[in-house]
Amino acid sequence: MNMRLSGLKALARGFALTAATVALATMAQAAGTLRVGMTASDIPLTTGQTDQGGEGMRFMGYTVYDALINWDLSSADKPSTLIPGLATAWTTDPADRTRWTFGLRQGVKFHDGSTFDADAVVWNLDKLLSPEAEQYDPRQSAQGKSRIPAVASYRAVDPYTVEIVTKAPDATLPYQIAWIMMSSPAQFAAVGKSWEAFAKTPSGTGPWRLTALVPRERAELEPFADYWDKTRIPQLDKMVLIPLPEPNARSAALLSGQVDWIEAPAPDVIPALQANGFAIVSNALPHNWTWHLSRLEGSPWSDIRVRKAANLAIDREGMSALLGGLMIPAKGFLPPSSQWFGAPTFDVKYDLEAAQALMKEAGFGPDNRLMVKALISPSGSGQMLPLPMNEYVQQSLAEAWIDVEFSVVEWNTMINIWRAGAAHESSEGAHSINFTYFIQDPFTGLIRHMASDLIAPNGTNWGHYSDPEMDALFAEIRNTFDPEAQDAVMRRTHEKYVNEALFLMVTHDVAPRAMSPKVKGFAQAQNWFQNFSAITIE
Amino acid sequence: MLAYFARRLIQVLPVALGVSLICFMLVHLAPGDPLVAVMPIDATAEQEQEMRAAYGFDRPLPVQFGLWVWNAASGDLGRSIATGRPVAGEVMRAVGNTLMLAASAAMIGFPLGVALGFVAGYFRDTWIDRGVTALAIGGVSTPNYWLGMVLVIIFSVQLGWLPSMGAGPGGSGDWRWDIAHMRHLVLPAVTLAVVPMGVVMRTVRALVADILSMDFVEALRAKGLTGRGVLTHVARNAAPTALSVIGLQMGYLLGGSILIETVFNWPGAGFLLSNAIFQRDLPLLQGTILVLALFFVALNLAVDLLQSAIDPRIKRG
Repeated sequence: MNMRLSGLKALARGFALTAATVALATMAQAAGTLRVGMTASDIPLTTGQTDQGGEGMRFMGYTVYDALINWDLSSADKPSTLIPGLATAWTTDPADRTRWTFGLRQGVKFHDGSTFDADAVVWNLDKLLSPEAEQYDPRQSAQGKSRIPAVASYRAVDPYTVEIVTKAPDATLPYQIAWIMMSSPAQFAAVGKSWEAFAKTPSGTGPWRLTALVPRERAELEPFADYWDKTRIPQLDKMVLIPLPEPNARSAALLSGQVDWIEAPAPDVIPALQANGFAIVSNALPHNWTWHLSRLEGSPWSDIRVRKAANLAIDREGMSALLGGLMIPAKGFLPPSSQWFGAPTFDVKYDLEAAQALMKEAGFGPDNRLMVKALISPSGSGQMLPLPMNEYVQQSLAEAWIDVEFSVVEWNTMINIWRAGAAHESSEGAHSINFTYFIQDPFTGLIRHMASDLIAPNGTNWGHYSDPEMDALFAEIRNTFDPEAQDAVMRRTHEKYVNEALFLMVTHDVAPRAMSPKVKGFAQAQNWFQNFSAITIE
Repeated sequence: MLAYFARRLIQVLPVALGVSLICFMLVHLAPGDPLVAVMPIDATAEQEQEMRAAYGFDRPLPVQFGLWVWNAASGDLGRSIATGRPVAGEVMRAVGNTLMLAASAAMIGFPLGVALGFVAGYFRDTWIDRGVTALAIGGVSTPNYWLGMVLVIIFSVQLGWLPSMGAGPGGSGDWRWDIAHMRHLVLPAVTLAVVPMGVVMRTVRALVADILSMDFVEALRAKGLTGRGVLTHVARNAAPTALSVIGLQMGYLLGGSILIETVFNWPGAGFLLSNAIFQRDLPLLQGTILVLALFFVALNLAVDLLQSAIDPRIKRG
């Protein structure tokens, strides 16, 4: 009996010991490791200015680095706005609006322990803009130079003050500066002034530091304990980034537990993921899926009645079903939740009768159908599911007596056609181009599409739209230095976009991502970039 | 033999040059722009022009090709447009991973193909033959990327026995031949092995069935040889042709793994090639294809030399 009791006690002790060990192990992993399956085919450039578009900045830009001005990524409930980053304040000289002064945050350290100061800012701008500088990096310049077109010159005023002079008064400079990541000059010197070496052991001021890199396979990030913003010190022990460009491979990796999080799950896999307990997280995103319309002479889209009719002919709720609900039906060019949406009077909705009435007014009807030619691509970054979506639009427009002939071109070719403009021979007389847009700031959101001075090939006004009233609004945006007043001008500009139905406004992406139920604490900001600091793994 | 070896080595040069030229022309004929990989899509025309000059794309095509060949001849395959990393390093690491995968698939596919083909040929026109032939046709006909996805669903997603992607828990950089790493190799290797296994199986089956019906086999039997003795002679006669097919299939395993590597996210030459194609990364594309072509040529040469060693009737030189 005693022996049996002592055996039971020993067993109980064994269980207790095992349980304690498991508990300790669990506690040790409480913060855990987050493994992310990215859509990119390679680890984004690690030296500062990332490549791989928005995803590159999301995972390797705002994680390892900071800008002078950051995006507020703390909330899922409101559109992101600019907040102080490595600069605590920025002002322009009322007497000379080209002259900006940035007061820098003190006590900020790079991951290598060196101090961030005004010289580091100048050094980083030279990295992008000065080919004579030893730290000039053509790869980073290719990514960063086009983001700061306004910058003419810059200098360190004192150790914590930088002056930037713009080519002309430009109140959108803070949005431009939010693109520029600050790399460590000391680390660059320490690795032999080689960006190739720096890429393996980069050093920024961001909340994460890169601890391991296997090109094309994985990158490991760990928290930077000395990060200046204590509210953004990561809770996780580690974040592992894995390029998984093939959508099925991404889903399988999540379902088999090899990753905890995947970007952009394919819509047809989402029900299976949800059935297996995985969470689908999405939110409004500054992105749109449109047809950019040609306004060249002879384009049928030059008639506002036709443009409005087309916008009224699309049943966007039906398209939402096609995409498994992962879209926000367009009510304008910007998402309805945008701080710049305004109050347009033209209601973008499905109203076939009204569409047909407008078409009749424009001289078209069932026996006199309008023929248009549309450029589309079978795939492409941000294009969502372009073939079925465009076929859906084609069917919808047919009901409003608009017959669409598609010209299908490969995505890289499409980018070149988009840059070349509607008048270029590569467009082959197309009346529209299906292009999705990153619309996160005044320039990318509104100015670049419709400014007269940016008509392709000088810029990306593909459709050759030109309207002095619109140009005046853009000038007002660039010359309104009070952020709230500038927001008001942005709203008026967007209202004009919508009221004149300048685009075929179809939908907005919601940046779906699928994650294991173990992933906690993530709030998806209404932004292309995200904050990973609050995440934990249970 | 040495003269033959030297002549074959010299023949590699025009092959490599031809492959590079075709690849170069195809990339330039295809729509798209290599600079798309390195610039934001809304970069201005002026910046695009600067980058075009920086990467040498503003030079005439023959000059671009000539420079690339000149550098390649000294072992410099240039730098990837998309990553900026030296192409030679990228390609050799990826080819190493592909070789590992191909060798694993070969170790599964070729012995099985030879053994089953031999059995089917020996027992021709029996149910064993029909069963093996059905298996071989199934193997050859099944799209391997589809099979890969099915295996992932069964063994990774449903059963959770094997990982579905990657080359080891820490990537291929710290590859070790232990269970944790080799588990990553199982599914891609098995999937990759299916087609060559079917091809080898059918070839060996036909060879063995054919040789068994030859007069010399009757003569061997008449002389009193049975079972193993006859089979040894059959195997020796089938070996050169089977070896030749195995050599070609090894080439397929090296160069044809693009879909398998994509499905399993295996960081090999096929995966690299696929990324290079999508990004129009011309130096990477040319470098990868050149290295794969050289491997293919080397493989053929090795097979030719082995054939003559096995069958002295085959004269080289």
